[in-house]
This record gives sequence, C-alpha cells and structure tokens, in this order.
Amino acid sequence: MASAREPLLAAHGVVKRFGHVQALQGADFTAYAGEVVALIGDNGAGKSTLVNVLSGVLAPDEGEVRVEGQAVRFGGPMDAQRHGLETVYQDLSLAPDLDAAANLYLGREVVRAGLLGRLGVLDRPAMRREAVKAFGELGVELKDVTAPVTTLSGGQRQSVAVARAVAFANKVIFMDEPTAALGVVQRARVLETVRRVADRGICVVLISHNMPEVLSVSDRVEVLRLGRRVASFTAADTTIEELVGAMTGSLDEPAQQNGSLRKAEDER
Amino acid sequence: MTADSREVRPAAAQKQDPPASGGARGAVPGWLRRAAGISELWTFVILVVLVLFFTIAAPGKFFTQYDLTQIAVNAAIYLVLGVGMTFVIITAGIDLSIGSVLVLAAVAAGEYNIHHGGPDAGWGTVAICVVIALAVGAGWGVLQGAVVATGKVPPLIVTLGGLGAALGIAELATGGQDPAGAAATHLQNSLGFGKVLGIPWLVVLAAVVTAVFGLVLGATRFGTHTLAIGSHPTAVRRAGIGVGRHLVKVYGLMGLLAGLGAVMWLASYGTTSIAGHSTDNLKVITAVVLGGTSLFGGRGSVLGTVIGVFIPAVLTTGLIVIGVQQYWQDVAVGVVLVAAVYVDQMRRKTREQA
Repeated sequence: MASAREPLLAAHGVVKRFGHVQALQGADFTAYAGEVVALIGDNGAGKSTLVNVLSGVLAPDEGEVRVEGQAVRFGGPMDAQRHGLETVYQDLSLAPDLDAAANLYLGREVVRAGLLGRLGVLDRPAMRREAVKAFGELGVELKDVTAPVTTLSGGQRQSVAVARAVAFANKVIFMDEPTAALGVVQRARVLETVRRVADRGICVVLISHNMPEVLSVSDRVEVLRLGRRVASFTAADTTIEELVGAMTGSLDEPAQQNGSLRKAEDER
Repeated sequence: MTADSREVRPAAAQKQDPPASGGARGAVPGWLRRAAGISELWTFVILVVLVLFFTIAAPGKFFTQYDLTQIAVNAAIYLVLGVGMTFVIITAGIDLSIGSVLVLAAVAAGEYNIHHGGPDAGWGTVAICVVIALAVGAGWGVLQGAVVATGKVPPLIVTLGGLGAALGIAELATGGQDPAGAAATHLQNSLGFGKVLGIPWLVVLAAVVTAVFGLVLGATRFGTHTLAIGSHPTAVRRAGIGVGRHLVKVYGLMGLLAGLGAVMWLASYGTTSIAGHSTDNLKVITAVVLGGTSLFGGRGSVLGTVIGVFIPAVLTTGLIVIGVQQYWQDVAVGVVLVAAVYVDQMRRKTREQA
C-alpha cells in the first residue's frame, strides 16, 4: 500500500494459445492491495485461462505478469504460492477424509522440533491451535477441527479452503466461483469472509457469474471479452446492465470511457 | 518479504502461548472418539466375540498359550504384508503381486545361500541373504510404483502383471522346483524358532514392524500424504506434493515388506515354497479391508489391519479346536468381508449426507 496506485498484481498483453484457439489475445489485468476485484466475462471469454496464467498454472505465450512491479515468470502454482499468491479452487481442493487442520497445512505440515521432526513426525497440537486461530480470524466457528472435512457443511468446507488460502497468501487470493454451490446463508457468510480478507490488505480476485453478488462484494470489476479486457468499472458507480453490456459487447464504446482506474496501466 | 511471512506462521505455531490451546483441548474427547475409530471398534468387537465363543465352546482347549503362540506365528507374515498393503490401499491402490514378490525374494536369497554354504552357511551369508531379499522386494515394488505413478496403467493391472512376471522369473531361476538348502540353519534357529522371553522372534519382528508403520501412518507427514493422496490426489498435487514420487515410495515399502516376509518365511519353513503363495494377496487384502481400510482410499489404519489379520487366524484355530471342519473359515471370512465393505459404504453415504 506504500504507493497507493502501484498495482499489486498486473498483467500486460497476455497471449495464450491452445492449438488454433487463442484463449487470450493480449489481455490486461490490474489488481491493488486490499481490494476485491471481480473478473467477469461470458463463457469462453478467457477468465479461467487468465487466472491460470496469473496463478502460475499456465505459462503465457506472450505478455508479462508483474507482482509489485516486478516482472515474474512462474514455473508452476508452487512458484506463485512462494510469491504469496494462493488459489481457492472451485472444487475446493480439500482432502475429504482429513480433518480441517490437516487440510489447512496440506503440503506445509508443521513437524516437531529435533530428531522427531527430521523423521517427519507432525506437531498436531500446534497445527490444530493455529487452525482454530485461523478460522477464528475469519469469523468461522468449527465445532471440531479434528473432524474429517467430509462431515462438514458446504459452507464450512468453503471456509476451510478460504482459510487455507488466507493463512498462506500475503498478497493475492484467486477465488473461482466460491459461492456457486452454496445456499443463501452460506453464500452471505463467504462473501463476508471475502470482505474481511480484503480488509487485511490482501487482494481478492473473484471470478463469478452472479452479477448482484459481484456488485455487492467487489470494489472493482474487470470485464473480459474474447480474450481481452474490454472494461474496468468501479463497482459502486456501475449497474448490472452496464456489466452485461460490456460482457456481451453491446456497450463497447461507453465502457471504454468509464473507469478513471484505467489510467494506471495507460502509462505504458 | 514473501519468504519471511510464509515462514513466520509455522514458527508462531510452535511458540503459541498456553491460553490458545484451550480450544484444542476442548476437542480432545472428539479426537479420542475417533482414535478408537468406529470401524476398528466394530471389527475388534467381532474378534473379541470370536475369542469368547471359542473359549466357552472349548473350555481349557482354546486360548491356551500354545494356541495363542501358534496363531501369532501364523499371522506374523500376513501382518507384515498387511501393514504394507494398508498403505497401498489407502492410496486407493492395490497390490496383487505380493505373494509372487515374496517368492522371488525368497528364491533370490535362497539361491545365494545355496551357493554360499547351504544349510551350514555362516552368519555373513545369512546377513547377505536378508539384504538380497529386502532389496529384491523393494526393487520390484519401486518398479511397480513407478509404473503406477505414470497414471497410465491402473494398479490392479500393474500388479497383476507383476504377479505373473515375478513368479515366472522365480520359476525360471529354479526350474520350478523349490531348491534344497535355501535357508541356513542359523537363520532358522534364530528368527525361525527362536524366542525372546517366551515370545517367538517372528512375532516380535512383526509387532515392531506393525508399531513403527502404525506410527508412520498416524503421526508423520508421510502418513498424512498417503491418506491425502487416497482422498483427493488432485488437491495433493496442487498443494505441491509429488504424488508420483510418493506412490513409488508406498509401493516400494510394500515390496520391502514382501522381502521381509520372504526372510520370515525362509526362517520359519526353510524352503522357498514357490507354489505356496498364490493366495497371499487375497488373504492380505481381506485382512486389510476387514480392518476398516477403505478400498476407495483415504481411510484406514494399521491397528485395524492387525485385527483384520487375527480374525481369520482365530477362526482357523478355533474351528479346529471345536472340531468343525476348518474349511468353514473360508465361508465365514467371505461373508464377513462382504458385510464389512457393505457397512463401510453405508457409513460413507450417511456421513456425506450429513
């Protein structure tokens, strides 16, 4: 947040081809610390491809990704994670038979000190304490962090996945349709969590099809169409009609003018 | 900056002050309940009922020290194999080759022994034979694991191929006949018939293997990753864990324990028994599944496998003692096995609806 207009995460002119299909045709993306930015677009607009490029799953064919102004080339998702970028997958990516604490630390287990640690003996009490704390910080109450994740409700499972991302991301969290499978109450709770995460200075990139949800939770909305960013809105100043217009292309011209935020990357 | 804040968390976890542990302590009863593990509990009840039944049906005959020792010795090799199979099945895999791998390892060690002193071979030869058996078993397991890890051939087929190939090589090496002098007298008199504090060495060895790998499964990173891979392999891959490499280790462990089984077999029976291991795989898989390990992966315990190994063992001895044809054991185990998987499926369904 040092210089308020320095993007935390930015992509410029990203091109990604799959055979003859050009999924991204010079896409741009900008996200700032502490904001919720929604990434929307029609099916096939390139949202998933862009997020996969940003989170290190795919390497772009052309263009560049910058984290805090530094150009980066991720060798894989782990590489992105090392930069403080985490992803909450649509399927949540949890091991259903393991408990919440074990899932929180999957791949980053805490081991005991000394020889036992070198033998890979886990420090379960520490992991559970931290898990309780991590859930508490998100306002999530789990009756039992030692219960297998499969016994939890959909909303609670979602919370575990979000908590894992929050616990290890210090810059950006990508969330792919985080509320798609949830009921009304749980949906509200997850969105509340998203806000709370952003308030901690982390940038949340939200992919969603639900326009009212996008407007209610995000600060900014970036619209992709045919592999390019076609518009960038401030959520408070826009309407569902405008968003849909930008997504489908019927409002191309007005959308181009909207958004003083575009100036940030216009400098290039 | 990035690296810093990522490392701060685990460190903070260890330095957590006591008050925060209140929440964790409150959860201990739940943990205890699960530690008892409902699936293991049920199989354990079945085992206890069987023991009680035979003790009452044949007073003074069953549950004697002789019977217990016999049961434990018979179960020792299956227990060692079952521990490895528990890991394999938890990854949602299977290993049909274990009987053949055991034979191959036994033949490899036996052939060396024959050419280096036969029955009168010295301790040095015995040690080399043990290493050969373990290495052949582990090597074969690693090979199968590497093929499984490619994800191109299901474990069932990989190890079915392995079953045939390993046995074939063993038969090629020996002409299909069990060679004489495969086990040194030293090996037989120590590990085979020796006792410590009245407990056969075979049983002690099996108990140590069981305890060690029970802890590995329950308390280490390796165990957690094994459970996680069986639970949701894609999630594990995304978490940066090398799933393929882990599978190689798990199948390698199974092979290593099959090699250890070969050493125990040679020590106990003094021969390679090339034709005698064709149903080891089914017996061991039955025991593991009886013990509550899910064939669909993600769940299971070594403790359950211990119980699962002892149910058929107790049945066999018990039926002989009360004068019923022991072939009823196969019938009974078959019925219980199907019932166990049925109950596992029902429980899984109700749990996922919750």
